[in-house]
This record gives sequence, C-alpha cells and structure tokens, in this order.
Amino acid sequence: MAKVIFDKERCKGCGLCETVCPKKIIALEKEEINQKGYHPAGVTDESACIGCGSCAIMCPDTVIKVER
Amino acid sequence: MADKVLMKGNEALAEAAIMAGCNYYFGYPITPQTEVAAYMSKRMPKIGGTFLQAESEIAAINMVIGVASCGKRCMTSSSSPGISLKSEGISYLAGCELPALIVNVQRGGPGLGGIQPSQSDYFQATKGGGHGDYKLITLAPASVQEMVDLTFKGFDLADKYRVPAMILADGTMGQMMEPVSLDKGVVNDYAKPWATTGTNNHEGRNVINSLSLSPAQLEEWNIGRYERYKIIERDEVMYEEYLMDDAEICVVAFGIASRICKNAITEARKKGIKVGMIRPITLFPFPKDALKEASKKVKSFLSVELNMGQMVDDVKLAIDCAKPVYFYGRTGGVLMTPDEVIAELEKIEKGEAKQW
Amino acid sequence: MVVFEKTKGLTENELHYCPGCTHGIIHRLVAECLEELGVLGKTIGVASVGCSVFSYNYFNCDMIQAAHGRAPAVATGAKRANPDNVVFTYQGDGDLAAIGTAETVHSAARSENITVIFVNNAIYGMTGGQMAPTTLPNQVTQTSPYGRDVTVVGYPVKVCEMLSQVDGASYLERVAVNNVANIRKAKKAIMRAFKNQIEGKGFSLVEVLSTCPTNWGLSPKEALSWLNENMEKYYPLGVYKDKYKEEK
Repeated sequence: MAKVIFDKERCKGCGLCETVCPKKIIALEKEEINQKGYHPAGVTDESACIGCGSCAIMCPDTVIKVER
Repeated sequence: MADKVLMKGNEALAEAAIMAGCNYYFGYPITPQTEVAAYMSKRMPKIGGTFLQAESEIAAINMVIGVASCGKRCMTSSSSPGISLKSEGISYLAGCELPALIVNVQRGGPGLGGIQPSQSDYFQATKGGGHGDYKLITLAPASVQEMVDLTFKGFDLADKYRVPAMILADGTMGQMMEPVSLDKGVVNDYAKPWATTGTNNHEGRNVINSLSLSPAQLEEWNIGRYERYKIIERDEVMYEEYLMDDAEICVVAFGIASRICKNAITEARKKGIKVGMIRPITLFPFPKDALKEASKKVKSFLSVELNMGQMVDDVKLAIDCAKPVYFYGRTGGVLMTPDEVIAELEKIEKGEAKQW
Repeated sequence: MVVFEKTKGLTENELHYCPGCTHGIIHRLVAECLEELGVLGKTIGVASVGCSVFSYNYFNCDMIQAAHGRAPAVATGAKRANPDNVVFTYQGDGDLAAIGTAETVHSAARSENITVIFVNNAIYGMTGGQMAPTTLPNQVTQTSPYGRDVTVVGYPVKVCEMLSQVDGASYLERVAVNNVANIRKAKKAIMRAFKNQIEGKGFSLVEVLSTCPTNWGLSPKEALSWLNENMEKYYPLGVYKDKYKEEK
C-alpha cells in the first residue's frame, strides 16, 4: 500500500500532479488554503494509490514524497 | 638586485604578472597591448598556467570573474575601447568583491580613436567606467620598471582588499623598451575562504553574487565596500615628488606625461622658473593630502595630461581651489614636447595663462 | 521503501517560480543528477540572468551569479581554474541565445569541458513576457503584441541545430519536461551531459523545452499541451550531436 506525503506549505496549487495521476486520485483541496494563499494538492483516496511517483516527478516544487 | 634586462613594457608587465603568481590570463588582440597576450600565449603553457584568447573583451573579463571566484590570481589586458567593453565586468568584480588585475594600455579615443598613446581614460578608470558605486584601484606606471613593480602591487592590493585593480598604462609604456630588473616583488598569500572551490573544501556553501533585490542589503554591501576604500585612501596612496622643496609652480602629471614634464622642469629651472612636480602613482587613491600640503607653499598648479583635461578637476578638488590651477594637454595620440610645457610655465609666470 | 523524495542536490529554499512553471522540474533533475553522481561537493554552478537568476539559492553547491549572457565565459574561467571541478551553467533563452550567443558558440567551439543546461520557454519571463530569440512565429508577447512577424523581426534561433555545426560541441540534445515520460528522458540527457564532462569529453548542452504559464497566458496544465502542440513542432526533440557515441 503506497503512501503519499504532501508538504502543503510548499505547494503552489498548480495542479500539474493532478494531470498525471494514473488513478485520478489527486485533487486540489477545496477549502484548505496554505500560507501562500494556494489550495494545496492532496490525495482523495490513498488506498487506490499504486505508488508510481508520477505526481512527484511532475511537481516543480518537490512538494510530494512517495513511499511503498 | 637581479641584473637588468632590456624589455618591452607590455612583455615586462606580463612576466611580472606570472612572477606575482598569476597563472590565468584571458586576452583579446587590440593595439597597442597585444604583446601582453602574445607573451602570455608563449609563457603560460610553459609554467602550467592558462592562456586563452577569448571571443571578445567581454568574454575575457567574464572568464576572469570565473577564475577570481575560485580564488586564483588572474588578469586581463586591453586598450581603451576594449576596456569600455569590459566595464560591466569590472562593475561585477567590484559588486562580487572579487580581486583581479585589469590592464589598460591606453590609446587615443573616443570611438575607434587611434593607436597612439593617450591618457583620456582617466575618468573611465577613476570615476567608474561601469555602473554603480565602486572605485577601481588605479596604478599609473611611468617606466617599464614600474610596469613590473606596479603589477606586483596591483595583485597584492586586489587580494588584500578584495577589489579589482587596474594598471593604467599607455601606448608608450607598453611599446617602449627599457632596461628593467625582474626582481621578484612581494607576493603575499591571502586566504580566500569565500572562494567557490566546492563544498568539499569549506564549510557551508560559497556563493559569489552581486545581486540583491533588498535595497537595504545592497546599501549595506556598498557601505561595507566604501569602508574598505577609505582604508585604501588612508594607507595605499603612492606618489613621487620632484624638486618640490622651493617650487612656486607645482606640475601634476602621471605616466608618460610626467616623464616629459621632468625634462621640461629641468630646463625651466635653468631659466630660473621655480617649478617642481607631484607625480601620482596611484590615481585611486588620489594623493589629495600631498597636493593640499603643496597648496600651502606653491603659487599655482599646472596639470599636464594626454587628454582634454581630466585629472585637473581632481587637482582643483584636492586643494579646494585654494590656488590657481592651469592645464596643458595634447590628445588623440599627440605627445606634447618639453618646450610646450616650458612655454606654458612661462605664460603662468607672466600671468598670461588662463585658469582651468 | 521510498519511491520518491526530495534530492539533497537542492537546498531547503522554496523556489520563487510561478505556479506550474517547469523550471522547478529542471532544477530538480539537475540536482538529482549531481547527487547521484556524487559530485555536489566539487560542483560549481553558474547562474545566469532571467527567471533562473536565483538558482544560486536552490542548487546545493557553490554558485557564481554571472552577468546576462556571460555564464559560459564565467564557467570557462571556473573550469580552467579547477579542471577536476564539475562546472555547469543554467541559462534561459534570452541569456543563451540573445545577448550570450557569442559566449555560447565559442565555449562550444573551444569544446569547453562544461555542461550547459539551456531552458527554452520562448519568452523573457523575469521581465514580464517579452519576445525572445526562441519566440515562435506569430507568437504574441509583450514586445510582439501582434504576433511575431518573421518578415520584420526574423526567425527563432534553433540552438541545438546551430551548435551541431560547431565541431567543438560533443553532446547536444533537446528534451522537454511537459509530461512524465519526457521528464524521464530529460533526466537521462542531463545525466549523459554531466557524465560527458566528468569523462572529459568536452562541451555538452541540453536544451530543455519548458513552460511559462504566466507569460503565455495559459494555465499550467494548458501550457503543457501548448508546448507539445507548438514548441515541439518548431523545436523537434532528439539528439543533435553525440561525438563520442558515434565513435563507439
């Protein structure tokens, strides 16, 4: 079972991770806003995560850590 | 004292640089200094040093910035138009607090100008050819021997104060041959913990940088550098006095112009004109105190330069206009003769000269 | 088991780049390569002037900030000062292909043993979106408001193709970072470029097509596909010179 950790304060809500997740389980937080005023990205259903790391590879700000 | 060798100024300077521990030289051809590059291209490979002819004077000064950042002594040379091209790089050297030696073997200007000697880059060197608040240590040789001695001095001051230094020579200094002793001058070793040698070799991360988007920080950097300039002005002034004890007119001249004036002064003395000379060797730091002292004794000053009048302004400033200041100059590569200087002295004596 | 974590090749500083700007990905790839090659401690990076001017805050090695266009010359000096250091420049298209063209061509011609990371986003980002040497025909920018008119301002510069005619260039590849597959290929190219340097094989340059959502006036996601549909057409990806591979 894979684990995805978001450093939410570094996230700029650009959504690139969302575009590459094969399982379509990444989305920007609806309510939560980080210190920079962005809606940070997050995993909607971690159980479906296959730990491929695509999101982390696509992220320009090294926000995401992926473990298996 | 090593026995003397007959050498061309440009080549003596290059040899001195190598003896001063400069193993990196980046040049570009331009008359009247190309022999520096040619000499370096022969010598550097023999001593395991680096000679590179860059694609432009701009590239050459930036290669110097690269080497200086790594904490190694390095040099570039050019002539007037080339120095204009290097001016941005010189400003970066100052802003990044990097030591390096830049040699300007001046030629007539502006524009493509000519290839004969001139001193019309005085302002460019001492008032900042590049942008921003900075000063450039400027050393003015008046002989092939000084082309050697001031090269040692230039490298030393640059390392000592972490600033760029310039040898402001001219076509005559570069092209003429004179006997010179190649005694190894003082070569101090200065620690450079700030250099980018790789984090394996020092604590933390070294960054050579002149950029700050914080005005307060940029101001702090500038103020800090100007504190070093004050120390340089206090401790590093160099000048020569000639027959000043009983002088009533003080000639002020540097470089080749001072050589011409020495002949003129000797002749004028025979005609009973009480004239002496103060020869700045460092144009920055300028010998203000020496001139101020002289202004208490002499009646007037005559600045003799190979330009339309540049250092004369600094003479007036140094003596707070306490005494009349006159100017005599030739430009475009024309050298004045001693007789022309004597004629000017006579006009001053008769009160016919016009103040600057 | 860690699948992915932040490389030690980057400092802790947060990147100043706009949301979705792929400069950040390229920074990470360079940093990962330096870390994996174990050379961070002897690497000297040369930052240029443009959006990536602050890269000296991000690469976890000694850095020198160069004047606009002059990074390859500064890198030449740094490399000649300590040949066993790894020296790289990180430059944008305005820096490398406009004001720095001579430094680019001649450091390649000298086969300077350095690695040049050239980020091509077809625009001047830092100064607010002006036309760059790599701006595409008809592309609208702040200084080509009616679209780049090639009959008036000429054609974009294809750096890899141009430098492939320079004998000194040892390795030239154009890559992109607009999707995961391309990012993996880009990393391979960057790794290859650094290995070339370490093996003393001379001038290596990797041109990385990158996005500029802010000044392209697109969302980060749209910018990825705009790059694919427009830039990759004008700037085909691929290897444009591989001197040492040919010999094998």
